[in-house]
Amino acid sequence: MSEFWFFLEVLLSGMFAGTMYALVALGFVLIFKASGVFNFAQGTMVLFAALCFVGFLEMGLPIAVAGIISIGIMIAWAFAVERLVLRHLVNQAPIILFMATIGISFFLEGFGEFIWGGDVHPLDIGIPNGAWFVGPEGVMLIDQFDLSAAVIAGVLVLSLALFFHYTRIGRALRAVADDHQAALSVGIPLNRIWVIVWSVAGFVALVAGIIWGSRLGVQFALSIVALKALPVLILGGFTSVPGAIIGGLIIGTGEKMAEIYGAPAMESLVTALSGTDSVSLGGVEEWFAYVIAMFFLLFRPQGLFGERIIERV
Amino acid sequence: MFYREAGIYKTSYAADQALFRIPLDRIFVIGLIAVAYVVVPMVGNQYWLGSILLPALILSIAALGLNILTGYCGQVSLGTGAFMAAGAYMAYKFATNVTWLPIPVVIVLGGLCAAAIGVAFGLPSLRIKGFYLAVTTLAAQFFLLWLFQKVPWFVNYSMSGVPTAPPREIFGVLVTGAEATPAARYIFVLTFAVILALIAANLVRGRIGRTWMAIRDMDIAAELIGIKPLNTKLSAFAVSSFYCGVAGALWSFCYINTVESSAFDIFRSFMILFMVIVGGLGSVMGSFLGAFFIFLLPIALNNAATTFGLPIATETITHIEFMVFGGLIVFFLIVEPHGLARLWQIAKEKLRLWPFPY
Repeated sequence: MSEFWFFLEVLLSGMFAGTMYALVALGFVLIFKASGVFNFAQGTMVLFAALCFVGFLEMGLPIAVAGIISIGIMIAWAFAVERLVLRHLVNQAPIILFMATIGISFFLEGFGEFIWGGDVHPLDIGIPNGAWFVGPEGVMLIDQFDLSAAVIAGVLVLSLALFFHYTRIGRALRAVADDHQAALSVGIPLNRIWVIVWSVAGFVALVAGIIWGSRLGVQFALSIVALKALPVLILGGFTSVPGAIIGGLIIGTGEKMAEIYGAPAMESLVTALSGTDSVSLGGVEEWFAYVIAMFFLLFRPQGLFGERIIERV
Repeated sequence: MFYREAGIYKTSYAADQALFRIPLDRIFVIGLIAVAYVVVPMVGNQYWLGSILLPALILSIAALGLNILTGYCGQVSLGTGAFMAAGAYMAYKFATNVTWLPIPVVIVLGGLCAAAIGVAFGLPSLRIKGFYLAVTTLAAQFFLLWLFQKVPWFVNYSMSGVPTAPPREIFGVLVTGAEATPAARYIFVLTFAVILALIAANLVRGRIGRTWMAIRDMDIAAELIGIKPLNTKLSAFAVSSFYCGVAGALWSFCYINTVESSAFDIFRSFMILFMVIVGGLGSVMGSFLGAFFIFLLPIALNNAATTFGLPIATETITHIEFMVFGGLIVFFLIVEPHGLARLWQIAKEKLRLWPFPY
């Protein structure tokens, strides 16, 4: 029976990890929907936002002030990106824009470390950090931190969905996402929409960064982990917010399962095949997400909830 | 004035189809190769040969490989480092288990293994494209490196997990391993670079290269005129991974002298992508220019800081390096999407009119 509870615990912790990926992926989806740019720099933006936040906290500013200044910085960043990069790359092939965002990502990483230094900054803003024991005789452990992170992610997604659906700006964003030219022709300012959407992505990045940072410490080495948002994204489909969440859950649970149950199985297989022992195959987590995404795309190139890709000559 | 195309008459098909149709071009390239072979080893010291030219040449080979895939066939890959690692590890297996094989054969075999792996990871490209494909190549990057790190078979069950590259000789001269002189290693790598560059230059202007470019420009249209996407895309993956594999094997055997996966991490993959973008997508010459530029830039930054006596910590220089890299990529994509190779071309056009432009 306790095995079942252990399974449940692994499942849950995987799902929580998935919500963390989904938080990063959400920023990607926002920008992709509104501007068709696959923003590789989202992961770096997460860390940059968190680094600014921590930096201001360490200067002794209260949490609210630090948060507001960080949001301000992310909005300024959105303006800079639109003015200096996107505006000059209108009408370029999507892949050129993609490579430009790789450049942006490198720049931002260097810039962030240049200003705030490359050390690991611990971050604690009072998210509960204990654990609950549930099930018979408390065999199952639920991390309160994970749970709060999941709640924050849920609230964020819900408010974004409402924002998209009911506000004037939200409607404009959806119009731009549907068709750039049609949106322009009814008088929606494309450039301003881009700034707005990059700012919103910056805000999402800040929230994600704070949660990630409280968990793992704020440092740029995390950008490798943030890359995991990419498979989450292609699994869910680029254009779908629920897709990002569900993709995150699938990837998060999948890789935890693979780590806990798959790795020992593979180890015994390798041991049986090669006749040697002491093979350790831990770290399946590093690549599992990408491999799932790869196989998944073979069968469904547009992802789970993505729009069907129609190509014309 | 000095560089002219006018007045050069081709009287045979062979002359019309030659690799360098203008005598000045031919003389320049042959001269460059001659200088690289004869003058550079005589003038260059240990540091220049072993720590600057050697790695820059190896990275040029890798950039050439990625350029074939991304620049000519239009498939973006972020897994270059993994294919380099595949070449390095498989070459190591061949070198240690089949000891009588001559070292160039070992390195080519490493490249062929990388090509096979590249084809396997290129299979998704038949269904997906663009950045979807870029993300799936990350699967190659993370999975292969994990595999080489964790399965001890690849390093012959070595205890440390980081074996040293075995010393091997050609014509009685050591060319790999730590004991080989930088000059010998440099000549060895240069030979690979020259031969591979010539092969690439001929591939891309032949039938295969044209099918690659057709697929890059518009794959559906290419399919309609009878180009098979399967053969074309997979051949691009195979050739590209072969080049990367050879580069990886040379990197391990001739430059760092150990076979370790950390040399081929994702940062390496990005570096090589940057080389291709800065050098020029779809240009053989550009791969070399880009590789030298991106490899030399941090060294130049470091030296600039020390020469001017600026009190900058090495860490800060690394951060500035990142910023400069990122800025350069964006700059090149905006201002000159065809990279250094295009600048070179513009320079040639200017020279043609100089000193009497109309």
